[in-house]
Amino acid sequence: MSILIKNGRVIDPKNNVDAILDILVVNGKIADLNKNLDPKKAKQIIDASKKIVMPGIIDLQLNLREPGNQYKSTLESEMKAANAGGVTSMVCPPDTTPILDEPGLVKMLKNKSEVLKRGNVYPLGALTQKLNGKLLTEINDLYDSGCIGFSQAEKPIQDTEVLYRSFQYLSTFNLKAFLRAEDAYLSEKGIINAGEISTRLGLKGIQSISETTAINKILEIARLTKTKVHLNKISTADGLNLIKIAKKNGIDVTCDVSIHQIFLTDNDIGFFNTNCFLKPPLRKESDRLKIIESIVDGTIDAICSDHSPVNEDNKLKPFAESEHGASSVELLMPMIFKLSEEYKIDLSLLIDKITYQPANILEINKGNLSVNSDADICIFDPSYLWEVNSKTLISEGKNTPFMHQNFIGKVSSTIFNGNIVFIAQ
Amino acid sequence: MFNPQLNEKGNLNHLLSIEGLSKEKILQILDTAESFLKIGERDVKKVPILRGKTVCNVFFENSTRTRTTFEIAAKRLSADVINLNVATSSQSKGETILDTINNLIAMNADIFVVRHSSSGAAHFIASHVKPNIHIINAGDGNHSHPTQGLLDAFTIRKYKTNFNNLKVAIVGDILHSRVARSNIHALNILGVPEIRVIAPKTLLPYEVEKLGVHVFHDIDKGLKDVDVIMMLRVQNERMDGVMLPSQEEYFKTYGLNQSRLNLAKKEAIVMHPGPMNRGVEIDSAVADSEQSVILPQVTFGIAVRMSVMAILAGQYS
Repeated sequence: MSILIKNGRVIDPKNNVDAILDILVVNGKIADLNKNLDPKKAKQIIDASKKIVMPGIIDLQLNLREPGNQYKSTLESEMKAANAGGVTSMVCPPDTTPILDEPGLVKMLKNKSEVLKRGNVYPLGALTQKLNGKLLTEINDLYDSGCIGFSQAEKPIQDTEVLYRSFQYLSTFNLKAFLRAEDAYLSEKGIINAGEISTRLGLKGIQSISETTAINKILEIARLTKTKVHLNKISTADGLNLIKIAKKNGIDVTCDVSIHQIFLTDNDIGFFNTNCFLKPPLRKESDRLKIIESIVDGTIDAICSDHSPVNEDNKLKPFAESEHGASSVELLMPMIFKLSEEYKIDLSLLIDKITYQPANILEINKGNLSVNSDADICIFDPSYLWEVNSKTLISEGKNTPFMHQNFIGKVSSTIFNGNIVFIAQ
Repeated sequence: MFNPQLNEKGNLNHLLSIEGLSKEKILQILDTAESFLKIGERDVKKVPILRGKTVCNVFFENSTRTRTTFEIAAKRLSADVINLNVATSSQSKGETILDTINNLIAMNADIFVVRHSSSGAAHFIASHVKPNIHIINAGDGNHSHPTQGLLDAFTIRKYKTNFNNLKVAIVGDILHSRVARSNIHALNILGVPEIRVIAPKTLLPYEVEKLGVHVFHDIDKGLKDVDVIMMLRVQNERMDGVMLPSQEEYFKTYGLNQSRLNLAKKEAIVMHPGPMNRGVEIDSAVADSEQSVILPQVTFGIAVRMSVMAILAGQYS
């Protein structure tokens, strides 16, 4: 099997490449990357002129909803959606049904996803049993069965002693914690950002102090126990300030933001639009602008889709009773492109945050187009105009705050392991 | 997302919140209520405005007083009235709100009066029913209780005639109060120049001043020279917790007694949406004093609810 991708604008942040080049893929590997490669070398040719050719996207937060929640979506439907979004590697959190706290479940998920041949699935194991925040899981066994790190998903550990001991234990084996910083007490029953909008709508607010107290606690324990920590889906300006200082002080911490926080604020909730019910909640405009600034200055290492398909019935409820989450993996790259265009940010810097930086965070050799590396490639058409609607989205989840909006730019083909797994119709 | 209470012509199709209503619309409701007030004083307390229409009181959250006043209002307009206490029926069997409402629509109800413990429930229902169905929000979570806001405005107008020279104080649990939110919006739209909220920090919502109010923590300062005092009920479950230490301490620091009432203007009126906690937020003597308009509020509430129903149904009759 060999593919030649001709005349694309190749952006490979790791290797500092941004040029019109050809890429030759042979036997699942990148065989050559150069100008004017001979078309006779490949059985299949993809004309990528006027398109962007980049490493396959590594999404640090993608809810596949398996095992257990197949009424929302299936592993196959969401891996197809991921491919349509240019994603070839995905990290999935442990809050499935049952919770990923046993090696057997992790192996099953890994096996099921491998059969589909649509991407690498990197499960996060539950840090505590049933995510109860009390007792540790068999962390080494989970690691051996394929967990790339350990997480509490949306269930922050309340007990500081448990947090401390779990970090000590992870650090013993040089394993990484992937946590969303939220104080369980301060955010209890909270629905949206605490501010004028929550006051107007009469919905319980979540203050930024809920995120900052948790960040402070996590970073202090990480510093003392020398634990590697990745903070997932940071939402506040105050939180980003703390992380910036921690990085300066040499704490081994990285962080990401979800694509929604870059373009939306609590104002978008309007009159109770449940598609804007997200965790963490959409914040203020000043937080949003700080997030964009922190992407550019490097405080934010990566951008994730936080893809969370939700069954339509669970959005057809009063706001606080509906289910949080948005279907977003197919919008990740279009929104990255929009961010680059609207805020004049170097596209290569942004692509770095969804390819090479996530690979670094996961400590895997992926997210680049070096010769001999795995041929995971995303080809993006930056001039394709399309509308987000239930027909254009492949995911089973049709819930998105961007429903019926137009985007410029869409992934046109995705290659995983040297095989074409997605071609736009 | 649009505000679904107005139709494309700008007419009221549902009453979901005070926010988003124009001054003219509110005054129309108050003026219409004025004409209905006399009906309650007649021997035959009925007019045929809603004859042949069905009003369905759907209460997902328990309430006696509000439901009763809506029932009386509908009956005085000659509507057929069905009361559904959903809190104890289908919801507990797992039926969704939308299914409950759709079942009632299939029974050809025209107006739904909805109370629900979740903020936004009325908006949610209104955005999923056909345009010939009207939804009246009778209280949704901490969000809105528009007919209460309207009847309070009606009451103030009865005693004070003008809105544009008033100082109004709202005292108590602003954080959890849909009544306070509705009153703040109504008074601002009607042009009240100074609205004060008086509460400890634990009972104030975030950035409340952005709704157009002045915040006071000291009740004595807050009541100085006001024309209207609106007391709020403090739920018993808020006491003895992290919001308030005890009923006694609350009454001592925020309860309305005669000496505090004396700080307000001489002819100031005292209001309360009911049910009152005597000795917790309000002293009995004040509640029963000449300055208290708490019982007239109830009477006016019926006229205002008649007005809302008549205006909603009128568009399609």
